Amino acid sequence: MRHIISILIENEAGALSRVAGLFSARGYNIESLTVAATEDASLSRMTIVTTGTDRVIEQITKQLNKLIDVVKLLELTDGPHIEREMLLLKVAVTTEDSQQQLRRLLEVFEGHLIDHTSMTMTIQLTQTGEQIDSFIAALTDYEILETVRSGVSGIARGDKYLKI
Amino acid sequence: MELSGGEILIRCLKDEGVEYLFGYPGGAVLHIYDAIYRQDDVKHILVRHEQAATHAADGYARATGRPGVVIVTSGPGATNAVTGIATAFMDSIPMVVITGQVATANIGSDAFQEVDAVGITRPCVKHNFLVKDLSKLAETVKKAFHVATTGRPGPVVIDVPKDITDPAIKIPYHYPDEIKMRSYDPVLEGDPEQIKRAVDLLLTAKKPMIYTGGGVILGNGSDELRTLVKLLAYPVTTTLMGLGSIPYDNEQFLGMLGMHGTYEANMAMHECDVLFAIGARFDDRVTGKIAEFCPNAKIIHIDIDPSSISKTITVDVPIVGDVAGVLHEMSKLLQSVGRESNKKELDAWWKIINGWRAVDCMTYDRGTDMIKPQAAVELLHEITAGDAYVTSDVGQHQMWAAQYYGFSKPKRWINSGGLGTMGFGLPAAMGVQLAYPDETVVCVTGEGSIQMCIQELSTCLQYGLPIKIISLNNRYLGMVRQWQEFFYENRYSNSYMESLPDFVKLAESYGHVGMRVERPEDLKPMMEKAFAMKDRLVFMDIVTDQAENVYPMIMAGKAHNEMHMSPNCETPQSPQSPERELS
Repeated sequence: MRHIISILIENEAGALSRVAGLFSARGYNIESLTVAATEDASLSRMTIVTTGTDRVIEQITKQLNKLIDVVKLLELTDGPHIEREMLLLKVAVTTEDSQQQLRRLLEVFEGHLIDHTSMTMTIQLTQTGEQIDSFIAALTDYEILETVRSGVSGIARGDKYLKI
Repeated sequence: MELSGGEILIRCLKDEGVEYLFGYPGGAVLHIYDAIYRQDDVKHILVRHEQAATHAADGYARATGRPGVVIVTSGPGATNAVTGIATAFMDSIPMVVITGQVATANIGSDAFQEVDAVGITRPCVKHNFLVKDLSKLAETVKKAFHVATTGRPGPVVIDVPKDITDPAIKIPYHYPDEIKMRSYDPVLEGDPEQIKRAVDLLLTAKKPMIYTGGGVILGNGSDELRTLVKLLAYPVTTTLMGLGSIPYDNEQFLGMLGMHGTYEANMAMHECDVLFAIGARFDDRVTGKIAEFCPNAKIIHIDIDPSSISKTITVDVPIVGDVAGVLHEMSKLLQSVGRESNKKELDAWWKIINGWRAVDCMTYDRGTDMIKPQAAVELLHEITAGDAYVTSDVGQHQMWAAQYYGFSKPKRWINSGGLGTMGFGLPAAMGVQLAYPDETVVCVTGEGSIQMCIQELSTCLQYGLPIKIISLNNRYLGMVRQWQEFFYENRYSNSYMESLPDFVKLAESYGHVGMRVERPEDLKPMMEKAFAMKDRLVFMDIVTDQAENVYPMIMAGKAHNEMHMSPNCETPQSPQSPERELS
């Protein structure tokens, strides 16, 4: 099962390596990990996408909570939540036809064309991880030159929030 | 009062009540060592290898319950300390380790004696700090002690760059009395609802079993455990780390469980219907085959660390909290509700258990002309009246010490259970002897293990530590040989110790007393003689039966009811033949 775990962590040197080290030392999967400072400069917000059985996920959350730098943790997939990932993607487009086709695809997926040359088109798409997968899968006729995914960020729906 | 960084560090230790600082000087900590020189409050113990500094501090912590404190230099000083830090981490021992670091400006430049100490120790510490700002030094030390000693204890490393301790830079000194960390607030009080559920479940048991671990000793819960065990009248076993929390001769005590546990303890685990785990972590040496662990039992588990609960074995009633407090609450509740009527079932259960006890699984061949290691340990118990602090190294001698010494008090049995660190015993004994100069401190070891930190005989001379070293010398790395006998058709690959030193002369050259014992009849008089020398370290090189194995044994990957018994022991079931399953 895929799980999204959000944590607030002290914005200290080495905090990221404590989390990354925990996952590698205990053999847990990381599908993606994103981290950046919050409005409170002393705290970073981290979103981790991981997979595992319920038992493994329970251990992951316990082990993360045990890290001294972790202030608070929320398993987003426990409740209603919103997840977003950003994709930057560059494809080779040589014919007018293929350009038109790609523009239509972008409309369907609500993506944006953010750069364009006679040979390439660069696309930005902010969606769930799953929709990004579908978008990439729809590009079978194109030569993908570069794929840059941000990894998933997530937030709880409604009145629930992760704050100290 | 204005102090330099080096002075602040030592002053913090004084204010923290630190008695001994175990360490070894070097370039990056010279400013600190100068501050050590100019005061008398914190006594520095100069070891001969940084690994020994960490083990000595660890032994001190295990015997006293107070944190052990270490100082080492950067680079190799820090890397040599890692084994001792990992040892303390695996057994949840409170320790604060100060590692020197190259000057802040040189960090990351591959400077002389530079290693990323914070990076290298990260996986084997409870937490670590790199001090980048002198004004944060005192607060960091406070945090380190707070984290090391509260919740589930553990080692904490403080990496201190040389420029932070510069004697030319002084700032006002203030050591906080208390510290709060928003990210760290361990749960200490057990949930009353869970405690009630646990008591209810315990009282429904027909075949109950209590399984306790090192947490009872670390959490000072032995008295509370004894009270509760008496109230319940249930059988109790302890792990290797829990020995002494209940007296060895308590009639409800079934002995140690696990890989080299007793027949009765392991069988009772396998057959029980309610298992009450207290401050124990279901280690693989205890559980054996996970899929067949306590197959019929509902499980209650008290632990201060939430991540220990349902880690390998799913439990039914988890209680997160301080062991002593939770046990006290449970006893109170038990007394108020009174005992339910499971007395008849309990009597029947004890009958079954006593049948297992009658197997006498700890018996061994006492009639040979060779010294049996088990006999040496039993004699040690007799001569020390069972009241010594016993440290050990790792291997067969460790198991025999655990099985045959007979501990009556907590914090007397000091061994590296989790990491299994050879070389632990002698330096750990130094820490214990410093803490308790008037107590009898014994290091039970083997000729393999003792050579891993033998240089500490020099430290023992310097500080006049009258440790008694009981070296069970079988000219083999005995536990390795045992596994090679069982699983590798007697191919004794590199387990034979050739070219052993003359341990008597070795001890003497370090200024101590050495004795070699070869005949069973000499053992008692010589051991008595050794222990009569109250103010001398005596190294007893005891030549033991080479072929002796540790029994009973649950082979790796087997269940509790599949024990391999000693050839001297008659079992109600045929002994399991060892199979080629390793882990």
